[in-house]
Amino acid sequence: MKALRTLLLRDLAQFLPGARKGNTLLPLLFFLAVAMLYPFAVGPNPNLLGATGGGVIWVAALLAAILPLDRLLAPDLEAGFFDQWALRGIAEEMVVAVRLLAHWLSFGPFLMLAALPASALLGIDNQTLQTVELGLLAGTPGLAAIGIIIAAVTVGLKSGGAALSGLLVIPLAVPLLIFGAGSLSTGGEGGIALTGAISLVLVAIAPFAGGAAIRAAREG
Amino acid sequence: MEAPRLVARDLACRRGYRLLFRALSLDLAGGQACHVTGSNGTGKSSLIRILARLLRPYAGEVERAGSIALLDQTMALDEHLPLGRALAFWGGLDGRVEGRDLARLGLADLLDVPVRYLSTGQRKRAALARLLGQEARIWLLDEPLNGLDRDAIAMVERLVADHVADGGLALVASHQPINVPVMAALHLPDYAPEPAA
Repeated sequence: MKALRTLLLRDLAQFLPGARKGNTLLPLLFFLAVAMLYPFAVGPNPNLLGATGGGVIWVAALLAAILPLDRLLAPDLEAGFFDQWALRGIAEEMVVAVRLLAHWLSFGPFLMLAALPASALLGIDNQTLQTVELGLLAGTPGLAAIGIIIAAVTVGLKSGGAALSGLLVIPLAVPLLIFGAGSLSTGGEGGIALTGAISLVLVAIAPFAGGAAIRAAREG
Repeated sequence: MEAPRLVARDLACRRGYRLLFRALSLDLAGGQACHVTGSNGTGKSSLIRILARLLRPYAGEVERAGSIALLDQTMALDEHLPLGRALAFWGGLDGRVEGRDLARLGLADLLDVPVRYLSTGQRKRAALARLLGQEARIWLLDEPLNGLDRDAIAMVERLVADHVADGGLALVASHQPINVPVMAALHLPDYAPEPAA
């Protein structure tokens, strides 16, 4: 348990917005920038904005979640952290599970907060905003898991990792978007429940997929 | 405390299409040290990683008893943190690095300096501090003398000698001579496959 806590504290110190290492504020600012710029791009028609705003928030959330992909796992593999953890009997699966939690904490709750000003900018009504917030609560853990899986699969690639990441995101993210953003048009709890179910599956798979991918990268 | 032991049987290592060494066996117990020699590319680092179970051997098996520590070209310390806090992370997993060890390594005055500003030799010594804090019984050292000045080399030799005298086990891969009493030698090119006739 002590090891888990030590790992989580280090991860949070690296990934929470405002942490000293790297562009930790970028996902949040990116999300807000999309919400600010979208009305300029499609025009100020309130009906159009209201009808499409929820979907825009979802796409922006997905893209914000995959922005920090290249620094989720690769730096620690290169610096030898995963080797040292393995020698101490700390499984890659455990490290990845902790990292998944830290990654979600570093953008999930903050996106839900940022969705409030975003909804005002996009002219979304309260009912829809509530659906968006619940959907984000159910869906962002899945987005975090997708990010971790892709970061692990591409961790050993020196070049071309970014291109492969972009391709891999699409099929993995489609189910979450269908049900997450879909819950807006049906206004339904069913969509949110399905989003949560997909999230849980992704969160359950991520540590094992990530651990196996990291071990494979080490052999390379 | 259990006696450390490191046994390898009939190891072979292949990287890409090249067989680096084969039919390599060794059996080390506590109080023994071994110096793995060989020029660049003969598989010293691969042997170390196989013994640490970070790399699967092409053939053969590795058995070990006792906790294990590895020092290689990576530091596993956060570059942006001051040295003291970077070491404290591993301290949280292993137990604290003692002030006596830090003074011995000449790091006591550098604890506030971010890791990225350390020189090559200082980085090596910082990694040694991480290794000492682990208090492992088996040491695998991959080129521990690289980038160190003459005093620091003597200090590393003393550390290894003390560790072995204390009942520990050390396997050192280095192309440089390392002066530690009662150290067996393993010349890796002896295990290279015969050139195809």
